[in-house]
This record gives sequence, C-alpha cells and structure tokens, in this order.
Amino acid sequence: MSPGIWLARHAQNLLGALGAVSRNPLGTFLTVSVIGIALALPAALNVLVQTGKSAAGNWTDVRDFSIYLQPATPLARAEALARELRKRDGIDSVQLITADAAVAELGKDPVFANALAALESNPLPHTLVVRPAADMGSEQLGKLSTELQKTPDVDLVKLDLQWVQRLNAGLDFLARLGWIAAVLLGGAVLIIVGNTIRLDIQTRTEEIEVAKLLGATDTFVRRPFLYLGLWYGLFGGLVAVLILAVSLWLLGGPVENLASLYGSSLALEGLGLTTLGAVLGGGLLAGWCGAWLAVTRHLSGLRPKY
Amino acid sequence: MIRFENVSKRYDGGHEALSGVSIEVAAGELAFLTGRSGAGKSTVLKLVALIERPTRGQVIVGGRQLNKLAYREVPAYRQQIGMVFQDNRLLNDRSAYENVALPLIISGTGQREIGRRVRAALDQVGLLDREKYPPTALSAGEQQRLAIARAVVSRPAVLIADEPTGNLDPELSLEIMTLFRRLNEVGVTMLIASHDLPLVERFGSRRIVLSGGQVSSGETIDRPAGAAR
Repeated sequence: MSPGIWLARHAQNLLGALGAVSRNPLGTFLTVSVIGIALALPAALNVLVQTGKSAAGNWTDVRDFSIYLQPATPLARAEALARELRKRDGIDSVQLITADAAVAELGKDPVFANALAALESNPLPHTLVVRPAADMGSEQLGKLSTELQKTPDVDLVKLDLQWVQRLNAGLDFLARLGWIAAVLLGGAVLIIVGNTIRLDIQTRTEEIEVAKLLGATDTFVRRPFLYLGLWYGLFGGLVAVLILAVSLWLLGGPVENLASLYGSSLALEGLGLTTLGAVLGGGLLAGWCGAWLAVTRHLSGLRPKY
Repeated sequence: MIRFENVSKRYDGGHEALSGVSIEVAAGELAFLTGRSGAGKSTVLKLVALIERPTRGQVIVGGRQLNKLAYREVPAYRQQIGMVFQDNRLLNDRSAYENVALPLIISGTGQREIGRRVRAALDQVGLLDREKYPPTALSAGEQQRLAIARAVVSRPAVLIADEPTGNLDPELSLEIMTLFRRLNEVGVTMLIASHDLPLVERFGSRRIVLSGGQVSSGETIDRPAGAAR
C-alpha cells in the first residue's frame, strides 16, 4: 500500500469514526460525560495538592519558633543570646520579647490582667522569637532546636514545626490519593470505552465477518474502532477540562476569602499545562487502549473461522 | 489450480463431512460440485476459503499448501480468492457501489482505481445503473449479481461459489450461470457448488459429484479448450 493511500485510509477512518460518534448524540454524551468526570476527579485532587503546597510555602511564619529562657535570666544575657543567634547561618531574624513586654501585652486582656495582678512577681520569662531561613528543611530545623535546647539559660525551645509537618503529611496523603484515584479512574475509563466500543462492535458484527472473509487483516478491522476510542477519549478529556475550569472558577472567590482571613495571598493553582496534558493525554490513551482491548477480544472470538 | 489430496474433515461433535476426498480443478476450468445437501459441498468450499481447516490431507490452491498458512497469512490469501456465499452476505447499510468496493478498500487500492474497477465490475453484471442503491432495494437476482461483482472486482484467479442460484427461479438461475460462464471465459478458475442438477447439466462443464462426504464421480464433459491440468 502506498503512503498516500495509507494516509487517505487513516483520514477516512478518523472522520468515519467522528461520524459514528455524532450519529448517536445521546449515547456519546453519556459516555463522554462519564469519562470526563472520571478524568476530572484525580486532576482536581492534583490541583488541590498543588495549591496546598504553595500555601505551605507561603506561610513561612508558622516555621517561627520560640525560645523561652529560665525565669531568672537577666535581660543582658537574653540580649547577648539574641545577638549570638543572629550571627548564625540559617537564621533570618531574632526578636527579643522581654518579660516586661510580655506581661504588658498579656495585661491588655482583662481576664489575664486580673490574674496577673494577683501575682507578686512577673511569672513570664524573656522570649526569643526566631525566624529560620526559608531554605531550611524540617530536619535541620529539628537539629537546631535540640542544639539550642542544650544552651545554658534556655528553659524550653518550642518549635511549631508540627503544624507544617501535619500539613505536608496531609498533602502527601492527598497526592497519594490522587495517584490511586488516577489509576482506578483511568481503569474505569478503559472499561467504559471498552464497553461502549463492544456495543458498537455488536452492531457491526456482520460487516466485520464479511470484511474478514474478503481478506481483511485484524489491523484493518481494528482501525476504525481505535479511532472511535480516541474520539471518546479526546471528548472525555475536554469535558474533564471544562469541569475543572468551571469548578476552579466557582471556588476562586471562597478560596481568596479564606486566604485573606488567614492573612495570606493564597490563590488556587490554575490548570497548568501539565494537568491539561495529563487529562487530555490520559483520556486519549485510555480511549485507545479500551478500544484495542474490545476489538482484539472480539476478533479472537471469531477465530479461526474469520 | 485447486487440488484436494485425500482430504478428510471431521467437525467438532464427530460428524465427518468429508472422508478421503481428492479433487483437482485445473487452471481456467469451470467445475461444478454437486450432490445432495449434506454431501459435503459447502465443506469443500469452506476448506478452499480457509473458513475451515482439514482434519487430514492437503488442500493446495494456486500452488500453496493451505495448511501451512499461518493465521496472519490468511488475509492476503483470501484477497486472491473470489467468494460468492450461499446467503450472499451483502452489507445492507451500504450502497451497491460500496459493497463492491469493499474488497478493493481491504487490499489497499487507490481511490481512482477503485472507482474504475467497481464500475467495470458492476457493468459486467449489468448493475451499473444501480450503484447507489442498497442491496435491499435490489431484486434477489440483482443481489446475487451484486455478490458476484464483489467476488470478481479484485480480479481473483480463483472463484468459489456456494449455491449461487439457491433461491432463484430457473430463469434467473440460468442468467447467473451464464454470467459465471462469461467470467470463466476470461480465465477465472471456478468451483461452483450447486444441487440444481438439470441446470448444471445444461452447461456441460465437469461435474464433481459428492455423496456422503466422498467423491462418487468426477467425470469431465466438454472441458474448455486450453484448460491445463
């Protein structure tokens, strides 16, 4: 077969399959919708995880940690410790909150004011609030905290890492969930397309048998159905993109609102090219594979007669 | 051109359709396969078409031993054989033209060449003015002629036909047989199964008579001139 004829044949099959898809609008709509929803779910989880990650990156202040000094430590010693810390690598800034300032701050609250008035002396220690550099990992942070804990006059190092660790663990969990969903729902798309193609095959068994009697190869018989599967996958992918775009648009306002309440400029991660490519590519791949499985199964059922 | 060497065919379930059949049809010959229903005529043709494989023995078509053909070689082989089926097996959701074009599309013929050859084949069977109609809009005789056009459009060297006049009245049957005769005259080797003895006898070609899965006689009457073994 010459390349020209080969190309023309593929083009005919491509358009022929599109025709077959458009002749049954309701059935196509249902199939394509189910594929779209199945593809949109893992993609949505992915968007959520990406957004969460950028949020974790935004909230650097949750990495701040406090060093409480022994109650009797003199102010000069606290100031010296703060200076010493500022010189270290991996520390952005150190803020000293003196015991007096802390009491004054606490005293603004009437509830605490009464309690404080009842006490003879200031129960609060001097506190150093340390902001680590952005590139410091949680492991290094942990090491720094144990080291500081051993420094003389330090009573307690209160590292607020847990919050970030929990968020990251949650995001890892979601990301893993996204992968599982992608695999399961990818399998579902495969089955949906396979079943739809199987029904298509059933309405064309006569044609397939005659073609095989006239000398058609399995490839020849398979080809139009593969294109059919590709169309289902493509349209399913487009439906998924549509679902995602509308959902993100609907969620955009509330998320911004939520973020501003937390004093953050967080915005939902948009549909990146990677997500777009994964959704459309996943749809096409699953469509093709589903069709291939359905036709190949049918053809092997026809053997050896046809 | 078609040779059966001591061929037996036992179907699943134990029915032996052919036992020790040896047949030879020379290149360019027109041979009839006759006998009562159940005598094994269809099985002989199915073995030639590779729809069935023999239990024992050799089937050789055009010098090729068919039981040596692998599954993936079958399509290329079938493209070289013209087949007319008992129930004609035309596709009713396609026009006459598209039905005849199917073998050429399968073999990867160019679009222009397809148009030329389909019209030539339709012209040969007298259906050129019916190319746009689906088979259902054609009479029984026309449908059978359409099936023949589809069988010869790719210019096969061998044509097999299973009861091609099975459900036609005598006049139409004669017309179809005359058509086969004409195609045979341009050199196509033919093996036609028919239980219509009076019709077959009118043609004076060789008759291979099957009875109970065996060849009971294979006399040659008036073999066409120039037909070589």
